[in-house]
Amino acid sequence: MKFRAKIVDAACLNHFTRVSAMIAKLAKTCTLRISPQKLNFILSDKMASGGVSMWCELEQENFFREFQMEGVSAENNAIYLELMSENLSRALKTAQNARALKIKLTNKHFPCLTVSIELLSVSSSSRIVTHDIPVKVIPRKLWKDLQEPTVPVSDVSIYLPVLKTMKSIVEKMKNISNHLIIEANLSGELNLKIETELVCVTTHFKDLGNPPSASEDASRDRDPEQMAEVHIDIRKLLQFLAGQQVNPTKAVCNIVSNKIVHFDLLHEDVSLQYFIPAFS
Amino acid sequence: MKSFLAVFRSLATVERSVEKCCISLGGRSSRLVVQLHCKYGVRKTHNLSFQDCESLQAVFDPALCSNVLRAPARVLGEAVLPFPPALAEVTLGIGCGRRVILRSYQEEEEADSTVKAMVTEMSIGQEDFQQLQAQEGVAITFCLKEFRGLLSFAESANLSLSVYFDAPGRPAIFAVSDSLLDGHFVLATLSESDPHSPALCSPELRRLAPPLQAHSTPHLDDFANDDIDSYMIAMETTADSEGSRAVPSVSLFPGLRPPCSPGPYSEDNEAEAGTQPGTPPPKKFRSLFFGSILAPAHSPPGPSPVLAEDSEGEG
Repeated sequence: MKFRAKIVDAACLNHFTRVSAMIAKLAKTCTLRISPQKLNFILSDKMASGGVSMWCELEQENFFREFQMEGVSAENNAIYLELMSENLSRALKTAQNARALKIKLTNKHFPCLTVSIELLSVSSSSRIVTHDIPVKVIPRKLWKDLQEPTVPVSDVSIYLPVLKTMKSIVEKMKNISNHLIIEANLSGELNLKIETELVCVTTHFKDLGNPPSASEDASRDRDPEQMAEVHIDIRKLLQFLAGQQVNPTKAVCNIVSNKIVHFDLLHEDVSLQYFIPAFS
Repeated sequence: MKSFLAVFRSLATVERSVEKCCISLGGRSSRLVVQLHCKYGVRKTHNLSFQDCESLQAVFDPALCSNVLRAPARVLGEAVLPFPPALAEVTLGIGCGRRVILRSYQEEEEADSTVKAMVTEMSIGQEDFQQLQAQEGVAITFCLKEFRGLLSFAESANLSLSVYFDAPGRPAIFAVSDSLLDGHFVLATLSESDPHSPALCSPELRRLAPPLQAHSTPHLDDFANDDIDSYMIAMETTADSEGSRAVPSVSLFPGLRPPCSPGPYSEDNEAEAGTQPGTPPPKKFRSLFFGSILAPAHSPPGPSPVLAEDSEGEG
């Protein structure tokens, strides 16, 4: 198993740093999957995450000037590593004024992802910062739990409003109740509802627009005014929104009535999918 | 110190309106009087209570340290930026190619611990240093928090910082000086069980084995605590053990002491080493000595009995 990669472009480095910061906000521990063309940050829907799952994908050639990997074997040409997302984010944050950044898989008493940063320096000699991030190599037999989740056939698919606005509203609603209802219809309307004994609070978003649906028949049969709703834990939604520091290039919300809400975002060239299950 | 600092709390106000500041010891009322003479005839008087105490002087001599490095505080300040704010200790040493290395120090974890900490290392070329006189492979480990504190002071005054150090376990002396003041910050360093471990030249990460009883850490750790009561208690508990020895002409040569003795700063530790081998005392920075280069208006009253000789050049 081998992995070496290098970033030299400042914009790529900043983008990669932002992605890792986002992942650190979304998942304390996550799986990094390294394959010849892509890097994935994965959180699978185990009990530990409360059923939430995440799949983040980026094309390695959009970031790395050099990229070499050798997976477990020729047929299984991938590497799955479990790490603390905070470590990677912190390591990358120290690369503010870096001339170059190298990442490689090493073994220093235990497997590590070593991030080596060459800093610009006033004097002729450069300064080098090295971070050894401890990782756990995930054995092949567990890979099946870490595959790309199948996108469920949704009842309603709608574009999200500005995430910052959504986040400040959800933050205030959290003070009232942990139980949030998200509902949307095919007329571009999305509602966030909190219901308690004493009070009901609903925030209405209109004119959001709906992406063209994959299945023409399903959308034709459905009454455009009919809401599809899902009841979720508001804290999970808040954690998701808190991770989005920048407004994404594209943000779609897919609702499967009473089952799951699926967020499909695109941050420039990095795709993020986040699944929050309904209260059981 | 909190009360004293409160007098100068708003630096902007002080710079704007204070014309003169007089500090004096009120004769009978045992108060430290700080008088700020401000514009428009305004005079602010602060009476701070204090208690007489024995003054302990650490005996140290930077000239006796075999290694020294000097750099603008800014260089070292930038060097510690990549380390996590919560990190307690850092190892400073000379690596291959005469590069100065700073590495995060982790206490040895439990064997079955699954959560290992990230290790960060910063490597600086010798060109960034104004002076570098040290052997390759030598390294010391000390408290990063205190180091950051003294660095921010030195950086704010735009000073260069000199680091005098010896073998691990021996105290490290961080010195700053300018036309107004001379400062020596003395930090304890962890001692190694294996004095030959080339922690910094090897490409592999080597951990310094945790010294279970040979910490050179001082017992008296309340100098930095401004709670006068606990300071007095600390003083009293150490006075006993120190009383049992003759006025120590404490020497800096470890060869003259038993190998497990941590050094001149923990006279009381010697007595305790036999009784508490497994518990390293908390590590805090020892003491801070400022010597003013300006001649005092009148010589201070005779010093209360000091337990150790004045170190060179200290008033």
